[in-house]
Amino acid sequence: MSIPLPVFVAVPLVTAFLLPIFGERGKRIATLLANLATASLLGLAIAVIGKSGVYEIGNWSIPLGINLVLDGLSSLMLLVIGTVGTAAMLFSARYMEQYTAKAKYLSLFLLMIAGMNGVVLSGDIFNLFVFLEIASIASYALVGFGCGAEELEAAFKYMVLGSIASIFVLFAVGLVYGNTGSLNMAYIGKAIQASGLNLGLTFALSLFIAGFSLKAALVPFHAWLPDAHPSAPAPISAMLSGVLIKTLGVYALARILFNVFGISLHTGWILVILGLTSMVAGAFLALGQWDLKRLLAYSSISQIGYVVLGIGLGGLILARGGNPAWASLALLGGLFHLANHSVYKSLLFLTSGSVEMSTGTRDMRKMGGLGGKLPFTRAACTVASASVAGVPPFSGFWSKLILVIAAVQAHFIWVAAVIVFVSLCTLIMYLKVQRHVFLGELPKTLKQIREHRGAMVVAMISLACLCILMCLLVIIPSLRSSILDPAVKALVDGLEYSTKVIGTQ
Amino acid sequence: MIDGMKGMTVIVKTISSWVKLLIFLFGIYIVLFGHLTPGGGFAGGIILASSYVLLMFAYGREFVEANLPLGLASKLDSVGAFLFALVAILGFAFGGAFFANFLYQNYLPGESLRLISAGTIPLSNIAIGLKVGASLFLIILTLSICCHYEAGSEEPNDDEE
Repeated sequence: MSIPLPVFVAVPLVTAFLLPIFGERGKRIATLLANLATASLLGLAIAVIGKSGVYEIGNWSIPLGINLVLDGLSSLMLLVIGTVGTAAMLFSARYMEQYTAKAKYLSLFLLMIAGMNGVVLSGDIFNLFVFLEIASIASYALVGFGCGAEELEAAFKYMVLGSIASIFVLFAVGLVYGNTGSLNMAYIGKAIQASGLNLGLTFALSLFIAGFSLKAALVPFHAWLPDAHPSAPAPISAMLSGVLIKTLGVYALARILFNVFGISLHTGWILVILGLTSMVAGAFLALGQWDLKRLLAYSSISQIGYVVLGIGLGGLILARGGNPAWASLALLGGLFHLANHSVYKSLLFLTSGSVEMSTGTRDMRKMGGLGGKLPFTRAACTVASASVAGVPPFSGFWSKLILVIAAVQAHFIWVAAVIVFVSLCTLIMYLKVQRHVFLGELPKTLKQIREHRGAMVVAMISLACLCILMCLLVIIPSLRSSILDPAVKALVDGLEYSTKVIGTQ
Repeated sequence: MIDGMKGMTVIVKTISSWVKLLIFLFGIYIVLFGHLTPGGGFAGGIILASSYVLLMFAYGREFVEANLPLGLASKLDSVGAFLFALVAILGFAFGGAFFANFLYQNYLPGESLRLISAGTIPLSNIAIGLKVGASLFLIILTLSICCHYEAGSEEPNDDEE
């Protein structure tokens, strides 16, 4: 019997629509239910590790019906969404008491998770678009959740650019449907393999790249992210930076480029160049920031560059006909960095939320010496900073090391040099965070503050532990072969995706 | 201006209070016969909402809000979406796959072109109708909140009343 994949979408969706019925009075029950929903999603994601399958909705066989596809890449993404979603939801339990309408917040949060799980599982290009819109629209509302002038401006900017991205994707879906006569990704892949790319499909491909790059906030398309991510409530910033840009942007891009259109030299180079510009520009822009969350947001752009660079490098080596081992290594580095980044960046945003809740400001010039006042936050933030900068025992080091090795082995020495250089810039910006937030003199105005304990600390500490343990994913062979290797294989196999999906029905 | 006098002239009010019923009934018809005739949950939901929008134009926002409170509309909205998901889950429980038409396959085959003939499709239509109707009503009410605030803060504008 096939795995009931729609559960991943149905659980958050049903809970999301159940919560508003409780209203203001049932806030505790609503919080509990929402936390149960995210925790069960994490449990389900762990349960499907290493499995694969195709699910036909309503027993309608493809290409007539809609299918959901689980493969290595999807199950990696489900795991990432589940982990970060659970931690952010736990953090919200206390943090969101500052805001009104908590039940609405929880329900939007779950809708966003439902949309992301849908994007990851969908085997149908139009449903991918629909789920993308569910996740995006929920995130527009969540960014503006504070309803202050700054939040609303950021949400509006995000909405305009996000809608442009969605329209690009929708037009591309239309062009693909017109040129191949199918909306099912497996059948589109087969049609493209049979007849090659014509002008319409090439245009659709460029629209896909532009649309998904906008969603992923790669550098020429990044204008919305530094406003949107800091303005959102901290757990939402963690979700947006941690998983949303990766699911809607990087995952969708990789799926379309590798498994539907097939990677070519051109698309490989485009990914590498987008990745490199994001890395360098994001790091330079982050260095000058004094707003704590804004710095983290620019750093996200820089880090998402690493992920795209790894994926692009792998694709480039594959398209050149180079050694598949090095291609796999580059893809492994990219995907591992994706998982790492989602853990430590969501942790960083959670700690920034804890700092903001205690001090009431995000301006690093007004902080200092908080290390003694916020011991748990400080510990978590130090671990996450060390991870993002790539200090050896922590998670970020391993993924960057793999990327450097892959780049050197594939004779892209200059790429390896850029990776190391940007890593240095990252170290500088996080030393700046440590210096100005946790070390130095405690300003007089902040003498009275205290740390908010409870669920928030639990969420931060568990993510910090995960930061340290993430290296086990590559070091222990059985873990690697069950989580990361299938994800890499899904991309390396490329166009065999269609035969796999059609063949197993 | 007195509160009870808000809205349009007595002719418009009388006619729209009659027509509103007809529109509402027509909306229900479109929802229920969605699987047989053109229309369905979405179109029917729009028509259901439009009957309330007509009342809003004729009587003003306060009247409509008393008639269908915001909280209730918001709950109906959630209930509609919840019911739709429930139909999918029932399909999984009884038909073996999400959205499987278990009623038609196992319990209620029905004769084609009859009202009770398409299994779970009319149920989904009802859920969608509820969802679309309530959300469109809420959206238009929200838009009118913005307009109303601006008009209320200055001199009441009675040119058209």
